[in-house]
Amino acid sequence: MSEIPIKMRVRETVVLRVVGKAIVPFILLFALYVQFHGDYGPGGGFQAGVIFAGGLIFHALIFGLDELQRAIPPVVVEIGIALGTLLYGGVGIVSMMRGGAFLDYGVLNHHSAVHGQHLGILLIELGVGITVTFVLIAIFYSLAGRFRQ
Amino acid sequence: MGEQVMGSAVEMVLFVFLIVLAICIVRLRSLFAAAMLFGIFSLLSAGLLTMMDAVDVAFTEAAVGAGFSTVLFLGALGLTTSEEVSPVKHRVVAKLVVVSTGLALAYGTLDMPAYGDPDAPIHRHVAPHYLEKSADEIGIPNVVTSVLASYRGYDTFGEVTVVLTAAVGAILLLGGRATRRREDTEDAE
Repeated sequence: MSEIPIKMRVRETVVLRVVGKAIVPFILLFALYVQFHGDYGPGGGFQAGVIFAGGLIFHALIFGLDELQRAIPPVVVEIGIALGTLLYGGVGIVSMMRGGAFLDYGVLNHHSAVHGQHLGILLIELGVGITVTFVLIAIFYSLAGRFRQ
Repeated sequence: MGEQVMGSAVEMVLFVFLIVLAICIVRLRSLFAAAMLFGIFSLLSAGLLTMMDAVDVAFTEAAVGAGFSTVLFLGALGLTTSEEVSPVKHRVVAKLVVVSTGLALAYGTLDMPAYGDPDAPIHRHVAPHYLEKSADEIGIPNVVTSVLASYRGYDTFGEVTVVLTAAVGAILLLGGRATRRREDTEDAE
């Protein structure tokens, strides 16, 4: 290993920067597709969260940690982690308040239990996706932040 | 029939590759190369799971194992050296323990139902209900999602909580904002 840290060499690679800039939005878009298409094909909140975080971390690896932390400050990450779980649990509480069991989505819609199920699954998958995305970013932040110390 | 033979041939090739990769990873001294091989190992596992029609699991394996874990390994390598330090001593007792544990596990699989056996206990308990009633009760095409998100919603809630706990642990142990803030105040002084 030479004296130049890996991070520096990566940042100076033009091809990687250009391709990275072009490809990151598509990775994020694909993550959203996986998130909201989970009812119809393989995928769901967990996979979508990993892909979304993967796209952002890919960006951070090429353009530096500061760029990503300016867009998503650590405090937002910490709130996001809790927010996803809260959304999941909240759906459970709401279904209890509407007279069902915990996480019984059928009662979420007056007219049809199936529509209630659709709504419940959409919301809890969103909660899973939010939590997983921010958890992976939090782990990356705490690991990558140690480089500077 | 031909398709089945073809499928199991591909599975065999993937399994052989997995074993070869595992041996390579154990023998490699360069941690950077080992991290890369771990990524390939996960990608091949994902291929194997796809062959077994478990696309949701394969998807997760490819995203987490081949993608995110590799990034974490590289991040960890940035904090340490990229070479394994001391040459591992070959201990006879350790080898015996490893080999006998492996043999015991292999012996244990003999009691398991054959791969794809429709009469296996796992296919006779609640699985038929999920498969037959999911379309009426949940109404979404992907049964895996309806099992994970609705029938087993409580388990998935537990999983999300585990992931949340993992992040809290990482922030506390590796140092999140708190340590940085302390440094900032020190700088200010």
